[in-house]
Amino acid sequence: MTKKMEKIDPLKRVEADMKKCVKCGACRANCPAFSAFEREPATARGKVALAQHIMKGDITLDDGTYAAMSKCLLCGSCVDKCPNQVPTDEIVIATREALAQRRGLTTFHKAVGQVIKTRKLMNLGALAASVLGPLFFRKVPTTSGLRLRFPMPFLGNSRHIPQIAKKPFMSRHPEIIQGEPGKPRIVFFVGCMTNFVYTEIGEATLALFKHLGCTIIIPKNQQCCGLPGMSGGDLDTVRELAEQNLEALEAHQADYVMTACATCGGALHKLYPLVIGKRNPELKQRLQALAEKTVDAAVLLQKLGLDPELTGEGEDLRITYHDPCHHRTAGITKEPRGLLKGTPGIDLVEMEGADRCCGLGGTFNVYHYESSLKINAGKSAAIQATGADAVVTGCPGCIMQLSDGLKQAGHKTKVLHTVELLARKIRR
Amino acid sequence: MLAAQIIQKLREIVGAENVATEVQDMICYGYDATQMEFLPECVVHPDGSAEVSQILELANKEGFPVFPRGAGSGFTGGSLPKGGGVVLVTTRMNRILRIDTDNLIAEVEPGVVTETFQIAVEKLGLFYPPDPASLKFSTLGGNVAECAGGPRAVKYGVTKDFVMGLEVVLPTGKVIRTGGETVKGVVGYDLTKLICGSEGTLGVVTKIIFKLLPYPEAKKTMLAVFDSIDGAARAVSTIIKGKIIPTTLEFLDHATLTCVERRFNLGIPKEGRAVLLIEVDGDRDLIEKQSGQIHTLIQPLGLVQFRIAKDAAESEELWRVRRLVSPSLRDVNPDKFNEDIVVPRSKVPDVIRRIEQIQNRYDIPIVNFGHAGDGNIHVNIMIDKSIAGQEEKAHEAIKEVFQAALDLGGTMSGEHGVGLAKQPFIPMELSADQIGAMRAIKLALDPNNILNPGKMLPLQG
Repeated sequence: MTKKMEKIDPLKRVEADMKKCVKCGACRANCPAFSAFEREPATARGKVALAQHIMKGDITLDDGTYAAMSKCLLCGSCVDKCPNQVPTDEIVIATREALAQRRGLTTFHKAVGQVIKTRKLMNLGALAASVLGPLFFRKVPTTSGLRLRFPMPFLGNSRHIPQIAKKPFMSRHPEIIQGEPGKPRIVFFVGCMTNFVYTEIGEATLALFKHLGCTIIIPKNQQCCGLPGMSGGDLDTVRELAEQNLEALEAHQADYVMTACATCGGALHKLYPLVIGKRNPELKQRLQALAEKTVDAAVLLQKLGLDPELTGEGEDLRITYHDPCHHRTAGITKEPRGLLKGTPGIDLVEMEGADRCCGLGGTFNVYHYESSLKINAGKSAAIQATGADAVVTGCPGCIMQLSDGLKQAGHKTKVLHTVELLARKIRR
Repeated sequence: MLAAQIIQKLREIVGAENVATEVQDMICYGYDATQMEFLPECVVHPDGSAEVSQILELANKEGFPVFPRGAGSGFTGGSLPKGGGVVLVTTRMNRILRIDTDNLIAEVEPGVVTETFQIAVEKLGLFYPPDPASLKFSTLGGNVAECAGGPRAVKYGVTKDFVMGLEVVLPTGKVIRTGGETVKGVVGYDLTKLICGSEGTLGVVTKIIFKLLPYPEAKKTMLAVFDSIDGAARAVSTIIKGKIIPTTLEFLDHATLTCVERRFNLGIPKEGRAVLLIEVDGDRDLIEKQSGQIHTLIQPLGLVQFRIAKDAAESEELWRVRRLVSPSLRDVNPDKFNEDIVVPRSKVPDVIRRIEQIQNRYDIPIVNFGHAGDGNIHVNIMIDKSIAGQEEKAHEAIKEVFQAALDLGGTMSGEHGVGLAKQPFIPMELSADQIGAMRAIKLALDPNNILNPGKMLPLQG
């Protein structure tokens, strides 16, 4: 339904936004992709200029245009610091969608789209090409056209790949875990990384909300959030997933829709209402209602009063905190720090550039692994400089990237999700 | 159209990975902050004077124009490749070569970002004061080429006041050193000062020796709100006359204040018609005394509010008023012409009155703010280009603003330069003989007119 209605030029959606860019160059100071490539097409204003020329129709949508538009992590750093608040992330999303519409999706992104929209999210085979797309490529023969199309230098080298869980998180738990009467009802949007890879994040989240007496609902029919598709311009897939997730999540009359993944939160909170155009006001309104109900695990834990439950249990730790981009752009920076600082035995030391992107950037990391590593190396060094035992963050994607970077740099610093650390510290 | 063999030779000079010819790259090196656009045919990223020299030699031999570019954040189109040719980007040359704490100097390459350099010297207790608004992304090479200023110019001066020596590749490809590392030096013409502010028309700077100062012990930020624009303007000359040279003396007029308040609600009293943001720095006791003196001096001039920041956080809060000007202005109109006239400090009230008259006559909003302490006012003519006739009207108004500055003994540009944007107005300020002398210098150094041609001076006619 949405598919037909949304077939308008995505660039039209951001035409007015593009005009706000005066090419002042402030984005040069804040763009992690530019810091890695050190060439103007990687800057936000470069992307806006290219999008303007695409719109005018005076550059062809060839591989060069595609490559230029791929050099963006969609981290939103440029938007935060832009004097005119040009939403370059939205412009890049729209441009990638336009590119996909006019030239078709790349083979890689077709594969991503096919997998993330199957209803068999519980199927282990399906997961591999979705969130773990890059890893899945290990199984692609070196002679495959896929590999020729996307040279991926990391394949078969030192990249550290997380283990896939033997049993996904969602198949370990019933759909409804009844809590105490009068306590909030919470729908848990799990996300692929937590479901298939970092199941310990799911377990910790569950333990914390159970401790607070909440009823937890884990809808069986929830899907991938769709971010991997968005990254390649496959917004039709995002729209399909948005509708499916909407149905899955709004069915339970919950007080909150909670996620422990910053990226999934970003999809529910910002991307879904954004990509559903004005032509479908009813759906847009429902998605907006969903967005308003969506809350990050750390924010909700603080709101529900977890603080007094945190004790000095377990080992004392010196930690530092990394802001996931999807938290930073949603203004979630104080809550996780507040909880961590308030925990006895936890010493939080701020690193330099805690709010800088880790370099994962969805599928950016697939196309531009070298640059992604370069950005990540700066992050690893900043973490190391704090002398922390562990770096704590709120996004499984960041956890994968940070772990890779720290291990490659030979550091033993642990990487933990906020909820993992908090779950170890609650009163027993 | 550049011949394929020229591009091949450029690749041999700088390496194939440092030459771009794809249209996507041309688009991204065809703009600056003026919103003009001219696409080059090729972009090169050389490293070091030897490579720059070979590029310029080739340009003379083959007859193609070369346009030096730093971060591309200029306001006048100085780096834009009008007419096509090769853009020469200096950002790979981004090393801080040395910071000499014995002699208080530093040697850097042109692609170092201004703020990066400031942070590096501040770690050693030293100070590089020039602070153009673009300091987080502009390059020092670009700062030298444009002779960038900034709020601290009131007390410390502009970029050229800190440049002691340069390594320059002349348009013919010859590599020379100008100036040196000594405080004094009078042998020969002062080519250092000639190159500073020459907008990339006389050479490509490949190394810069800067003078440094000890970092001031402390600073104090004050915000003064006046009930009239005249009061604020008189406060500027009163403070200077009172023998106090503040680090900065930033000014916001009523139109600017209205924009900022409407959008951000910073608590400026309603009767406020103009604001001065004042900062003093130096010895702790001295600035304590100076801030008290300033308050006393400006009290009788219609002061309605006076705030002194107690710490760095409060200082940042006061600076917010100034920093939020840019994002607020677009509420007035979507397009702006940002001019930066200068008048003698005592003439600030007069020029503001003249601009008010121009605004009324043309019926387009003009918003004024900027570095009142050195007489440098940013005059922003706010229009909507989509409305027919507005752009032409703005051009007429700009001409009158320039004339007002010149009538009062000022200049049409304090820091942005001429580039392409102000070129048509040059004869208003410079006589035919002055232009003739400048043209003679240009042609002597660049006989084939290959380096940043068509900028600054009207070469023909």
